[in-house]
Amino acid sequence: MSRSLTRWLATGLVLGLAAFTAAPASAQSTLDAVKKRGKLLCGVSPSSAGFAFADDKGVRRGFDVDICRAVSAAVFGDPGKVDFIPLNTNVRFQALQSGEVDILSRQTTVTFTRDTTLGLDFGPTVVYDGQGLMVHKKLGVTSAAELKGAAICLLPGTTTLQNLADYFRPKNIQYEAVVFESTDEWRNAFFSGRCDVITSDRSDVASVRAVANNPNDFVILPETISKEPLAPVVRQGDANWRDIVSWTVNALIAAEEKGINSDNVEQQTKSQDPEVQRMLGVTGDFGKALGLDNKWALNAIKGVGNYAEMWERNLGEKTALGMTRGPNKLWTEGGLLYTPPFR
Amino acid sequence: MSVPTIHDASLLRLVYNVRVRAILYQVLAVAAVVLAGLYLFGNMSAKLAEQNIATGFGYLGREAGFTISQAFIEYKPSDTYAMALLVGILNTVWVSAIGCVLATVIGTVVGIARMSSNPLLSWLMLAYVEALRNVPLLLYLFLWYALIVAILPNVRDALQPLPYVYLSNGGLTVPALRWSPAHTGVLLALLAGIAAAVLVVRRARARRVATGREGTAWPLALAALLVPPVVAGLLLQPEMAVNWPEKGRFRLSGGLHLTPEFTALLVGLSLSASAGVAEIVRSGIQSVGKGQWEASRALGLRDNGAMRLVVLPQALRVIIPPMTNTYLSLFKNSSLAIAIGYPDLVMVSNTTMNQTGQAIEAIALFMLVYLGLSLTISFGMNRYNARVALKER
Repeated sequence: MSRSLTRWLATGLVLGLAAFTAAPASAQSTLDAVKKRGKLLCGVSPSSAGFAFADDKGVRRGFDVDICRAVSAAVFGDPGKVDFIPLNTNVRFQALQSGEVDILSRQTTVTFTRDTTLGLDFGPTVVYDGQGLMVHKKLGVTSAAELKGAAICLLPGTTTLQNLADYFRPKNIQYEAVVFESTDEWRNAFFSGRCDVITSDRSDVASVRAVANNPNDFVILPETISKEPLAPVVRQGDANWRDIVSWTVNALIAAEEKGINSDNVEQQTKSQDPEVQRMLGVTGDFGKALGLDNKWALNAIKGVGNYAEMWERNLGEKTALGMTRGPNKLWTEGGLLYTPPFR
Repeated sequence: MSVPTIHDASLLRLVYNVRVRAILYQVLAVAAVVLAGLYLFGNMSAKLAEQNIATGFGYLGREAGFTISQAFIEYKPSDTYAMALLVGILNTVWVSAIGCVLATVIGTVVGIARMSSNPLLSWLMLAYVEALRNVPLLLYLFLWYALIVAILPNVRDALQPLPYVYLSNGGLTVPALRWSPAHTGVLLALLAGIAAAVLVVRRARARRVATGREGTAWPLALAALLVPPVVAGLLLQPEMAVNWPEKGRFRLSGGLHLTPEFTALLVGLSLSASAGVAEIVRSGIQSVGKGQWEASRALGLRDNGAMRLVVLPQALRVIIPPMTNTYLSLFKNSSLAIAIGYPDLVMVSNTTMNQTGQAIEAIALFMLVYLGLSLTISFGMNRYNARVALKER
């Protein structure tokens, strides 16, 4: 080795070490990062009818997509400033932890372990769901108790995988669990008859049925075998960002309660209701408390509509999913949707 | 400029000493790598703690809570993550081991057929090799899986090529022996018998080489082979009951069951690797000079004998090193199992990682397992290579 080369190498080593010992850049707040980027990064399902899917023009649509659009509208005044990043169940939490997305809006169930060990925080529940089972109609099954020995298609790293084991274990029902990484393979394996049963959240099962060639070939069993509160997820340790996501969702639900929708939201600024005035930024400075424009909630509602509009557009009875609101009605109508007051 | 003292001069001489320098640079390089590693590890630990993400391997002792569709050892959802991981490792080893054997057999046949003087056969084999080695394995896995699942009938209308043999898109089910620990005992005794017989034959051969006298070793070898399993059979009394497959309401129960996921993975891995093996075998045989064939014939050997005694031993020297690579890549490619739902090490690790959130530990663990098993394969193949390698005396 020539002398000069050795010297260069030695210098390189020293410089490399110096670079390594330099302190890592301090963490920036999520809101600042989002504003600086000019775009919200939102993790969604790769393809799940009603929740997140690309339509024939390549535009992403769905309930989970709308949650991110609402946050984008609250932050930027424009629901369109979102990049959607499709994530499989198995990589979703790592993507959020490592900062690849700012918000995970992906039919994700709140659980104790996820909340306490993953370094994540959950926003308000957006869909009160439960696990359902769908079978091929020609098998003539009417109840989950008959499923002894059946092959069941599942997705890995989901609560449904564990719930199923929990549900059948005390009943001593053996089954063949076939687990797929990709949602497409998972659906196709069920449609082709590799599995007798497919299971996921009821809303997700409805979504699978909606994309079947002939939805009438499949029946969803009556049992709901678990609680699946689905909520948007953010990184732990950024209270402001969590507040923004939570209160944006709360605003969409409160808007339904107050009769505010995407069409009348501008007129509603003349409302005499003090809570509506505070929410829409006519009085007070709620936006400033979040680090946002005072019209944050108004923009969110204008961008995607209130909760009822989002439901009807993506999941409701006029869509292929045909879901009734069930527990997802307002508390005033006997449902579970109940937001803290805007005060 | 100050006048150098004697002390400085000796230090300088030391610094300019070639050997001291060589060692110094190596020490510095190792220190740099170690420091960088420590820094990265420290940084990672600090970040994980800052983000409130759980760390450590404590999760291995916790209940896994998920089912695995194929397990060689008894496994229930109430078992630990460590147990689930072991099931995954065994599944990976199982599919890779059978894949290696199949790839070797198919590849050797194809490689030899490729050199056939019959143009139809050699072109067909050329097409086979090119088609398999020029398309990514992942696509083939999807293809084989889709073919199995789409073409074969549902379990309820399963094909029955033989009585009690069921073929459907739920897999292949055949009758099997109802296995018990007694059977395992007899199997172990049989293996011991084979080992003893090999030993007897070897010693007989060694004696023949040493003394030049032909002894009759076969009765002893036969006894060594048969006595242990027969004794074990008489002692343990394994029950010879057949586990017949039975049609249930949804699936077949009983018998030996091969899932379509396993079958598609095995077919994909072994066919794709067989194309590589075929080329290795062909090039190995063709690397042996034509003169060797001619010389063997001149000595009166037929084609068969020439191949077995003269050409193959020389070809193996060329064949073995690239074969090690093929086996290693087959083993590592088995991790594509996750795409078609075969519960291998990666799938179990991924599920574990997702349920516990401990990605770094889970990935470190499965990389370690792959590394360990790959090194084992390399070690075994290198030992074999050393045996067949040209011995220069």
